[in-house]
Amino acid sequence: MVLYEPLSHRSANIDAPVERPVVSTSRRAFLKVAAVAGGGLLLTFRLPGVTKAAAMGQEAGGTAVLNAYVRIASDNTVTIASKNPEIGQGIKTMLPMLIAEELDIDWTQVRTEQASLDPAKYGRQFAGGSMATPLNWDPMRQVGAAARQMLVAAAAQRWKVAANECETGSGEVRHRPSGHSATYGALAAAAAKLPVPDLNAVKLKDPKDYKIIGHSVPGVDSPLVVKGEPLFGIDTVVPGMLYAVFQKCPVFGGRVVSANLDAVGTLPGVRHAFVVEGGADLRGLLPGVAIVADSWWQAEKARQKLEVKWDEGATSQESSDGFARQAADFGGKTPVLSLRHDGDVVAALNGASQVVEAAYFYPFLAHATLEPMNCTAAVQGAKAEIWAPSQNPAPGRILVAQTLGLDEKDIVVHMTRIGGGFGRRLANDYMVEAAWIAKVAGVPVKLVWNRADDLQHDFYRPAGWHFFKGGLDPNGKLVAWQQHFVSFGRDGKFGASAGLESDTYPAGRVPNLSYGASLIASGVPTGPLRAPGDNALAFVFQSFIDEMAHAAGKDPLQFQLDLLGKDELLPGRGVGFNTARARAVLEKVGEVSGWGQRQLPPRTGLGVAFYYSHLGYFAEVVEAAVDDGGQVKINRVWAVGDVGSHIINPTAALNITQGGILDGFGEALNQKITIANGRVVQANFDTFEPLRMAQAAPIEVHFLTTDNSPTGLGEPPLPAAIPALCNAIFAATGKRIRSLPIEPALLKA
Amino acid sequence: MHYTFRVNGRVRSVDVDSDTPLLWVLRDAIDLKGTKFGCGAGLCGACVVHLDGKPVRSCLTQISQVGSGAVTTIEGIGDTPVGAGLQKAWLDVDVLQCGYCQAGQIMSAAALLAEIPSPNDDDIDSAMNGNICRCGTYTRIREAIKLAAKIDLGSAATKKRT
Repeated sequence: MVLYEPLSHRSANIDAPVERPVVSTSRRAFLKVAAVAGGGLLLTFRLPGVTKAAAMGQEAGGTAVLNAYVRIASDNTVTIASKNPEIGQGIKTMLPMLIAEELDIDWTQVRTEQASLDPAKYGRQFAGGSMATPLNWDPMRQVGAAARQMLVAAAAQRWKVAANECETGSGEVRHRPSGHSATYGALAAAAAKLPVPDLNAVKLKDPKDYKIIGHSVPGVDSPLVVKGEPLFGIDTVVPGMLYAVFQKCPVFGGRVVSANLDAVGTLPGVRHAFVVEGGADLRGLLPGVAIVADSWWQAEKARQKLEVKWDEGATSQESSDGFARQAADFGGKTPVLSLRHDGDVVAALNGASQVVEAAYFYPFLAHATLEPMNCTAAVQGAKAEIWAPSQNPAPGRILVAQTLGLDEKDIVVHMTRIGGGFGRRLANDYMVEAAWIAKVAGVPVKLVWNRADDLQHDFYRPAGWHFFKGGLDPNGKLVAWQQHFVSFGRDGKFGASAGLESDTYPAGRVPNLSYGASLIASGVPTGPLRAPGDNALAFVFQSFIDEMAHAAGKDPLQFQLDLLGKDELLPGRGVGFNTARARAVLEKVGEVSGWGQRQLPPRTGLGVAFYYSHLGYFAEVVEAAVDDGGQVKINRVWAVGDVGSHIINPTAALNITQGGILDGFGEALNQKITIANGRVVQANFDTFEPLRMAQAAPIEVHFLTTDNSPTGLGEPPLPAAIPALCNAIFAATGKRIRSLPIEPALLKA
Repeated sequence: MHYTFRVNGRVRSVDVDSDTPLLWVLRDAIDLKGTKFGCGAGLCGACVVHLDGKPVRSCLTQISQVGSGAVTTIEGIGDTPVGAGLQKAWLDVDVLQCGYCQAGQIMSAAALLAEIPSPNDDDIDSAMNGNICRCGTYTRIREAIKLAAKIDLGSAATKKRT
């Protein structure tokens, strides 16, 4: 085991490559299918446009620009651009680390900066699907290596020596035979005039020579954040700007019939109050009333006097209770959609020595980023400038262009630091609202939503119901699995992030298996929430497998290993599901948690679960205690992950892994969104409560390094946390959690 | 209405409605953006500042309630030994993910350490439970508070509190 401790108080447990043979996927296949693995993102996949970007060597104002990402100043400081939005995943640190490594400079020389939106220059610029690492691992290193090669060529020309006799290190080129050496800063101007090498032909370092990759680098903006510097979207100030609020219909997509604009318009500080007609697309500009004032508080206060008559539309009678009745009704019938059919499930259930039947439920969830949705926009004539905390700004610019009738090339989008994303900011509704309001008001406008706007106008993790039957043979082997998933969608198609892939595990490992689905049509907008699909499916699949293990009288961890079976690549998630990698993380988490070895007090239990999500494999063990009143306390957590050959920035990797697991616990313990009368009931953190400090357990994290290209960590640690907790509660109390959030009243002694 | 009060040792005058929350006075009237808006209802702690040394939710504190009080924000807390120690510890532990809550976290932690110089886990949990970190950096926040409690505050301080 290798322990990295570059920061005084920070270590991640990173194991040497596992010796178990792993089924490798070719890089080509990996890239081809990465789009599918991106969850609900609909990635139109291609490599970032770095080849084009690199062909931009030039000298500008005393600083040499080697490509779109790298500028070298004469004092040998190197400014490296990060192209993707920073939502707290650490990308503004990590992407420059990849470039700096191959450029062969010391991290102390590096200054980082946020690139603006320019896909022609940078390729895709988004934060989602845990895709930044797999998409940029090769290209960013190539960008750095290409710049290094140009600097070496410049030195070789200057010294009239062979380039291959030169070496680099700490931002210098050296030629030992002649004793020449020069800093990159001294060579950069000459290097910038040289042709840019073919990125695919540049030589990359041997990983054993890495000095930056694999070493903890603290967040580059952290020194500014802890002093309260204005970095976030909501901190944007544009000269002459006013402040806006936007009131939409509480029923999704409802239209404005009339509003007391005259009264609101005369309130203190209010400059403009107007109706936005909007459209019917829930992801675009919706109908509502905009209030623009001298200060945000005045706009917000004026909203309290706003009276709107709404046409609430066709969905104003929808409710969570109604959905539950529809689901129960579907649950008693044959699924409308058949997703998969292996063997003969009915016969296998009839012939099983034991049958377990269970119905599972999970609710809608909001994202609740701590920085509320906001955007600042200035629209003048045919041109617009936008400061957007968006995870996916390029489609936002298209939406603004289409809605305002502008040309995309006339819209400049600045990417700000973002106070949390979790998938919410893949949509750009706030961006088009700000742009529209700025256009109508005729002044730059900062739009800020309040918390109720945020919780009541989200794209929710869809609720879902799963009706299971599982059958065991006399040896306790799982031989039948029947699953009816009641989800949301229409016309035979799942809604956004509401689906179930037919090859989801344990498909392929149970001889008689059927997945079916029935769909509820609803007006509630749904969308990706961190680990979309998996954040819900892990709970039901891994809980029901645990139920079957207990029914079989077997150790749940051993039952999981037995079910995984032999090492092979099963179809699924595009790149396939590697049972060897799943087995390795499960075995390791058993080892580090002392599974089966530990004596626990009464009403305390261990639960295990694993999940394969967004190209990463995680197995987790939770130790939970349940008091006599039913309150759950998580004592400790062990997590083992496999996200490939390198943990690029261990401090950030550990942080986001622990955060993802705690996020899962927050969903399991605290959160639900309820629909009544077509609208969301919850309006603030008193009724939709993220995990709090007192609920945060210590989490021990281990990474197995395997011979696979590195993949992301934003999503993979989360899904297994929920079933591991629920399985621990079962071990502690004998009570099975089949509905989220966990209800303490049902766990009383 | 015209109000004069002290922020981070400086006398500031603003002309705002009397019910304007201190949060929005700080953010929009005097352009101190470090104090954050999260919920507007005292539920998340992103807006915590100190008023005469005590932690308050600036989203629920109207400017008319501030009177002649002295306000300290994240931009000024580094001038105190405790604040400087916390900011250093936050960096040493690499606490942040998105960072949006951290101003409020540090302000709550500074109030805790002013009262209990060497807090245990229970002290930390109860003092910090009103501060939501949506990214889940809680274990690092705990660690940073404990580290700050050990930092030699005399040498970490750059200026005396005003």
